[in-house]
Amino acid sequence: MITRDILRFTFGALGGNRVRTALILTAMAIGVASVVILTSLGDGARRFVVGEFASLGTDLLIIIPGRSETAGAAPALIVGATPRDLTIDDAAALTRSSLIRRVAPITIGAASASWHEREREIAVLGSTAELLKVRHWTMSQGRFLPPDDADRAAPLCVIGAKVRKELFGENPALGEWMRLGDRRCQVIGVLATEGRSIGMDVEDQVIIPVASAQILFNSPALFRIMAQASSREAVPKARQFVLDTIRDRHQGEEDITVVTQDAVLATFDKILQALTLTVAGIAAISLAVAGILIMNVMLIAIAQRTAEIGLLKAVGATGRQIIILFMTEAAMLSLSGALIGLLIGEAGSRTIGYLYPALPVGAPLWSVVTALIVALLTGLLFGAMPARRAARLDPIQALSRR
Amino acid sequence: MIRLEEIDRVFEVGDQRVQALNDINLHVEPGEYLSIMGPSGSGKSTLLNVIGLLDRPTSGRYFLSGNDVTSLSEDALARTRRADIGFVFQFFHLVPRLTAAENIELPLMLEGIAPAERKPRVDEVLDALDIRDRAHHRPDQLSGGQRQRVAIARATIMKPAILLADEPTGNLDQASGKEVIDTLERLNASGITLLIVTHDQQLGDRARRYVKMVDGRIVTDQTRG
Repeated sequence: MITRDILRFTFGALGGNRVRTALILTAMAIGVASVVILTSLGDGARRFVVGEFASLGTDLLIIIPGRSETAGAAPALIVGATPRDLTIDDAAALTRSSLIRRVAPITIGAASASWHEREREIAVLGSTAELLKVRHWTMSQGRFLPPDDADRAAPLCVIGAKVRKELFGENPALGEWMRLGDRRCQVIGVLATEGRSIGMDVEDQVIIPVASAQILFNSPALFRIMAQASSREAVPKARQFVLDTIRDRHQGEEDITVVTQDAVLATFDKILQALTLTVAGIAAISLAVAGILIMNVMLIAIAQRTAEIGLLKAVGATGRQIIILFMTEAAMLSLSGALIGLLIGEAGSRTIGYLYPALPVGAPLWSVVTALIVALLTGLLFGAMPARRAARLDPIQALSRR
Repeated sequence: MIRLEEIDRVFEVGDQRVQALNDINLHVEPGEYLSIMGPSGSGKSTLLNVIGLLDRPTSGRYFLSGNDVTSLSEDALARTRRADIGFVFQFFHLVPRLTAAENIELPLMLEGIAPAERKPRVDEVLDALDIRDRAHHRPDQLSGGQRQRVAIARATIMKPAILLADEPTGNLDQASGKEVIDTLERLNASGITLLIVTHDQQLGDRARRYVKMVDGRIVTDQTRG
């Protein structure tokens, strides 16, 4: 038989029983669509989180006071081991190595900010000029903190876009003096809108020189130090350098924790990949269900078309030809169902992307390809048994029915 | 053409053995016109199925055009049926969703003949059987006689040597039956070997050679002058 005839015959058979065809197409489409939508959600979540971390820079080291890996008794019980604060001098010490390109000390706190009659509670971040490059932020207006000595408590501040809008409204903010706690500062720059960045809303904060923040919060302790290694490859060495340096400065106590962006990123990536595969697996069950439906409906079709199969055999169809005809039917059903499912899935994930623009949804190529292949295989696998049954049908019995 | 030697066909129904064909010896020459008659259960349909290669004998040998077909594989049997044998059934057995022309070209399609080449051959048999104007009708739009003529067209499209008809008029009124028999006899006159299984004595009497079966045996085999 030539391919064109096989397809034409199969199309005829599919068109001959529209309800059956529609039923299978729906089942297959639902299965494939759910695989596509769920994987695009899972993968979207993964890309979202990974993107957030990557925006911090993968060459980043975060130095946190205190040890999270303390063994044995609780830290307070270890004699003389009270964690020391991280100081600006600690941060300055880190700049001495060529392994580390930039260091940004950070203090955080909250203070009430006001301009004319407007006032609100606001997150305040004390740091240095280096922070801008360490965090890969960009400015929308003005400039960032000047590269002053970290000890200088200049009365300057850089504000987030939301702060600008809420405090200054339509008025120009640059050059204005605003009140922050019991001090005043001049607005020298506004940060560009960059959405969220792990843990902190960039738009909703005020950045002041670290020395000013220490005065404002009356504490010399740093919240953490962010250091940027000279390259991604230098991260492990830089980490060791940080540990050694701080230990020397802290009388031989290793009382800090250094978190590298890479490690965090890899962990999240793995966790979310696993999550995506899990939801994809769950969705794949619906594909298997669709496959079983195909098998059932094909068996019914063969029962209904017994006379036709008997006749085909009587006029000289070989068993192989019968199998090809029925397998083509199953394959066409599952493939067209899968294509419809892909369209529905694509539309679904686009809708989600439209509703939640922050989430980078979009089915990964591997899931689309896998869904198509699995759908086709399911169709062929579950179509094979009915097709073989059709091929083995005894033509005499098949024809003896009216 | 057809030579059956000591053919037995035994069915196992539960734990009973039913001897549908019992030591059948039959020799049919090319171009013969043969009617097979007998009461229900006499084995005449089984005989036709064995001759048509739809059924395999339990024992004995069957030579078709000199070749032993008793030991052929299923696929080889299918190809032989396609090329050498045409079937006409009591209930027509047309595929309901296909038009008359599409039903007729089924064997050509199975043979893998290109559509362009099929068209003239289908037209030829449509003309020969006087159903050209019904070519694009589906079976449910055709009368019984027309349906049977479509079935005959399908059976003869491959120009087989043998045409087997199982009660071809059993489901038709008198007039249509007559038309169908005329058609079959005209085909026989042009050289095809025709075997008809029937209950109808009048029809059976028309054939030159008359075979009567009882309980799986041939009891009468006579050729009329």
